Formats: sequence, C-alpha cells, structure tokens
Amino acid sequence: MTIALPAAPAQAPRRQILVATAMASASAFMLIIGMVAIWLKFRAGAPTRSSSDGLKIIKDWMPAGITIPEVAANVMLITFPVGALMAQWAAYSAKRDDAPHRSLALAICFVMGLAIVNAQIAVYSQMNIGLADGQFQTMFYAITGTVLLLVVGAMVFSLVAFFRSVGGRDNDTDVVNAHAFYWYFLTAAFSVVWFVVYVQK
Amino acid sequence: MTIIDTHVGASTHSQGTGSAFVVSVGQWITSSDHKKIGRLFIGTSLLSALLAAVLGVLFGLERMSPAHMQIFNGDATPQLFSLYQFALVFGVLAPLFVGIAIAVVPTQLGARAVAFPRVAQYGFWAWLFGALMVDISIIGNGGPGGGSADLVDLYLLGVALAAVGLLAGSLCVATSVLTARAPGMTLDRIPAFSWSALIGSFATLLSLPVMIGTIIYVYVDHTHAKLIFGGNKGIETFLGWSLSQPMTFVFVIMALGVLAEVAPVTARTEQPLRPIVLGGLAIISTAVLGAVTQSAHILDWAGTSSDKVKSTLLHSLFNGLPLLGMLIVVLLSLLCLKVGTPRITASFALSLLGALMIIVGVLGNGLYRLKAASLDGTVFSEGIVLYLVYGGLLSALGALSHWAPLLWGRAIDNTKLLGLALIGLLGTILASFPLYIAGFADQPANTVMGFAYDGPIALWNVLSGLGHALIVLTVVGFVALLIDAVRKGTPVSQEASA
Repeated sequence: MTIALPAAPAQAPRRQILVATAMASASAFMLIIGMVAIWLKFRAGAPTRSSSDGLKIIKDWMPAGITIPEVAANVMLITFPVGALMAQWAAYSAKRDDAPHRSLALAICFVMGLAIVNAQIAVYSQMNIGLADGQFQTMFYAITGTVLLLVVGAMVFSLVAFFRSVGGRDNDTDVVNAHAFYWYFLTAAFSVVWFVVYVQK
Repeated sequence: MTIIDTHVGASTHSQGTGSAFVVSVGQWITSSDHKKIGRLFIGTSLLSALLAAVLGVLFGLERMSPAHMQIFNGDATPQLFSLYQFALVFGVLAPLFVGIAIAVVPTQLGARAVAFPRVAQYGFWAWLFGALMVDISIIGNGGPGGGSADLVDLYLLGVALAAVGLLAGSLCVATSVLTARAPGMTLDRIPAFSWSALIGSFATLLSLPVMIGTIIYVYVDHTHAKLIFGGNKGIETFLGWSLSQPMTFVFVIMALGVLAEVAPVTARTEQPLRPIVLGGLAIISTAVLGAVTQSAHILDWAGTSSDKVKSTLLHSLFNGLPLLGMLIVVLLSLLCLKVGTPRITASFALSLLGALMIIVGVLGNGLYRLKAASLDGTVFSEGIVLYLVYGGLLSALGALSHWAPLLWGRAIDNTKLLGLALIGLLGTILASFPLYIAGFADQPANTVMGFAYDGPIALWNVLSGLGHALIVLTVVGFVALLIDAVRKGTPVSQEASA
C-alpha cells in the first residue's frame, strides 16, 4: 500500500474582496466622472445673455429662483470624510483584533451613510424642484440620485461588515479594508460632484 | 475516520428521464461552476451571432433594390438596425470573450474557480435578461426611434442591465487574474490569454460605466421630462458611440490574446519576445480613451500647420495606437512560427484570420476618420463593425477549438475545422468588404431604401448578404462539429490540451 500525504489545501486568494472593491470603485468612479462630463457639456452649451446692466454675461443653465441649500450640501461634504475616517478606524481595529471598536466604527459608518441620505433629502425638499421642470432639474436629480444609490450601497456594505464583525468573524480584515476603500472612493466621487454640481452649479 | 460514500447513481436511480432532465437544467441554471457559466455565455452569444447574421442576410436582400420595400416595414428599419448593432456588439463580441475568459482563465491560473462565481453567474443572467429586454422592446416598437414610450424605457433598462452583466463578468475575470494565481505565478508569467483577459476586462470596467451614466440621464429624461436628450430619437445620438468604434476595439483585445496564446503552441516553441507581445496587448487598451471621450477624432488637414499637427496627433493616438498594439501581437505571433516548427492547426488558422480581419476593420476605421474620404454616414461604418465582430467571432471559434479538450473533454476534427475557417474568412470578407466599396459610393448607413448611386447596388448588397449567410453556415457548422466531437470523439486529457 502506498501511503501519501493528502494534497495541500488550496492557497487562500490574495485580498480578493479588496481587489474586487478597488476595481468596482474605479468602475463606479468612471460612472460618476462620465455623468459629470455630460453635465459640464450641457452647461457649456446653455444659452447666454447679457445682464440688465450689460456688465455681465449670464449663462441660462440653472433657472432663476432655484437656490441650492449650501449648508446641507457642505454638511454632506464633511460627512463623507468622517465616514471614511470611521471606516479606516474599523480597518485599524480589525488589524489589531479589536472587535468592539471594529463593530462600533462600522456602525458609525452606517449612521454616517444615513446622515448623508438625510442631508440629500433635505437638499431635495429645500430646493423644491420637480424632476420634469427643466434641463437643469432633470440632470440634477439624475446625477445626485446616482450618488445617493452609491451611498446606499456603502450603507449595505457597512451593515454587512458590521454583522460579520458582531458575528465573530475576527479574521475579516479583507472585508473591512475593502469597506474602507469604498468609503474613500465615495468621498472622492462626492467631492467632484459637490464642486461641479453644488458649487459651480 | 469517517467515510461518507455516495453511490454515483443514487441521486437519479429512482427518477425518470424527465426528472433527470429537469435536474440537469436546474443544475445549469444555478451552477457556479466557472466552466458552465462560461459555456452559457458562449452558447447564447453564438445564438445571438445567428440572429445578427440572419438580420444581415435580410438587410442585404432588402437593400438589393432600394426603390421599394420587400421584406421589412419601412418604419421598423431604424429599430431593426439598432437590434442588429446591439446583437453584433453586445450580443456577440463582448459576451463571447467574457464567457471564454470565465471558462478558461481560472484553469490557466491554477485556480479552482473564478473569483466570486455567484457574481459571474449573476453577470450571465443579467446580460441575458438585458439582451432579451432589448429584443422584446424592439419587437414591440421600442428602441431608438420607437413609438411605444414604455418599450423605449424597457430598451434603455435592457441595455443597462446587459452592460451591468458584462461588468460583473469582467470584474470576476480581472479579480481572478490579480488574486487567484497559483503560487509562484507572477503577473509577467501568466499566459498571454489571461493577460489579455485582464487588460480587456479592466478596459471594459473603465469604459462601460460611462455608457451606463449616459443611459441614466437618457432614461430619467425619457421617463419624466423628454426635454434634453431628444426623447426616443435622441437615444442613437447619445448612445450610438457605445456600439461603434473605438468602443468595439475594447472588446477585441481578448481576440488578439487568443492568437498570442495559440501561436507558440502551434509553433511548438516559446514566444521569443513575450514581454513585447504583452505590451502590444496592453497598448490596444488605449482605445478606452477614445471610447470614454466619445470623440470621433477626424483627421482634417485643413487650416494652419498647428491644426494639422493637432489633428494628426489625435487621430494617431485614438486610431493608430490600438492598431500598433494589434500589429505587434500579430507580427510577433508570426515570428513565433519562424522560430519554431509549426504545424497547421485550425485553432491557429481561425485565430490568425480573425486577428487579420480585425486589423482590416481598424484600418478601415482609420480611413473612415479621414475627412477627405467623406465616408461619414455611409455603410462603410457597418463594414468596419462587421470586420471587427466577425473577426472576433473567428478568433473566438479558434479559442473554442483550442480549448475544446479543456471545456468539453474532446478535440474537434482539425481538417473539417480548417475548411470551416476558410468559409468563415470568406463570409467575413463578403459581409464587410462590399460595404466598404458601397460606402465610397455614398450608400447611406442604417437605411434600406431611398438611395441611389452609380454602380452595381444589387451586387454589393447581395454579396454582403451572402457573407452573412456564410457566417451562419460557419457558426452552425462549428456547433455541429462540436456536438459530433462530444458524442463520438475520443476523450482527451485536460493536461494534454492545456
């Protein structure tokens, strides 16, 4: 009888979730950048007219009477890096096997996501514009709605990572790192949207 | 030690043939086996190729006499052309290579499975249902220029869903290459096809989301406002770029990877300039820049010398660089034959002929972008797409015959396949080249009637239709040879084939 050692177990894939998240984030970044580019193209093509005093050229892009609530928009801009910071805290805790802090940080990330959704709804309600009211309004809802969907994705990610953490997955650093990466991507993507859509309008 | 022994026939012993069939279908539908998912992609893409080629035959016949309609309803032709273009690019070219990559790449890397097999499975079903939604919407008067608003929305959702499916498949392939390689297999040691799969998948991941972003705008506008994007008529304007060049260049990267993989096997030697071949494959991905900027980059030699230089540089960057990458891969693959002791294999013939057809398509695109040629809006553009798609199809058939022992455990008859390769080559040339000539004669694109020019209109269009018919014959013949090999062929060891 020949006695042979059993085959070695297959090598664990190298940071598979982090790599996949990085690529998915790059893909989603292209989605946002593409939408911003179309926004800029339409804004550049908007008709222009002289102001009543003849001193300024006004671009008829954002209709008169519409005010973007800057406070809510700026609060969103601040909340994104806070969420990313909390996600990094979760990654830091996961590296040190600090389960309570990891779970707490992930829960805070979820709450940050909730706060961003709340702020976005506040923006919509304060602006009080209809989706079909005009070119600016339709495109505004399309681009901010897409960002909102990505934020909801981040909340789901935070919730899944949180439950895995609470459930005792102590070796879950790959998921927590991927989660942090996604929050960094969201912060970068929203910063672009904030500057183009909320600041430059 | 506990031994759990299951009798092989236990699960089906008491079941009839019908229930065994249902179980088999259920296993295919829910399988997360990368080879099954890949084969599902491949099978449905080949069906889509048949649909596109049959439409091509009908268009060829219809355009024989542009004075009056014979087969189609005049109002429906723009929508049918949309279906035709969608079937060619998103029904054949893109999913065929995603499927081959999902099936083959893990085995090349020494991995047990593709990364995230459930995501890959979701990718297939999302793509399939997206493609079906597009078909249903166009049949029911939706699609670009369609009269039914609801079905136009369905068309947009279908295109987006199909793109999401392709993205999911590409994500799995790219992640597999980056994370699931066997120990010691560094990135510079991976097989050429896996490298091309990584490059092609990454290029897809960067370019398709831009299309999805455009669809979001168009969909929101179409469902609510109809103010900005021109309603149903504007879809073609804003999404047409995703079904033409240079977007299609992104999807043929893996076709060149097939040639780079098969050539050294055929020549029975190692590729002497392997890093340069891998570099050539990477250079093709510069097509992403042209795709996402949605710019035509016309070469216009009017104006000042600075304008001429700028125009030439942009044209070279967006058309010349992908061509350069393709030429590097093809020439070095041929060099391989010179170095080694080659034998004639059908897989090499198919992949080489496919790559050459793709290059003719890319050269045609360079010509199409010359302002002096005045080809804009002519059927020349359709000829380019056909060269690329049918060239890609030939390469894919080469890949399938090369890896048939791996995927089906049987080798396909080489001699018969060589004959089929010649039919496929003839079909590709006949389907495309007459449209190049008709393009110079100003035959308009995407229309079947109401045009006239000096020249044999009927001849060019009948030849094109005949070419499509030969492609149908090639696909059907390939499937028949494969079935024959699976049913009657001798099993081949996977190690020998890999």
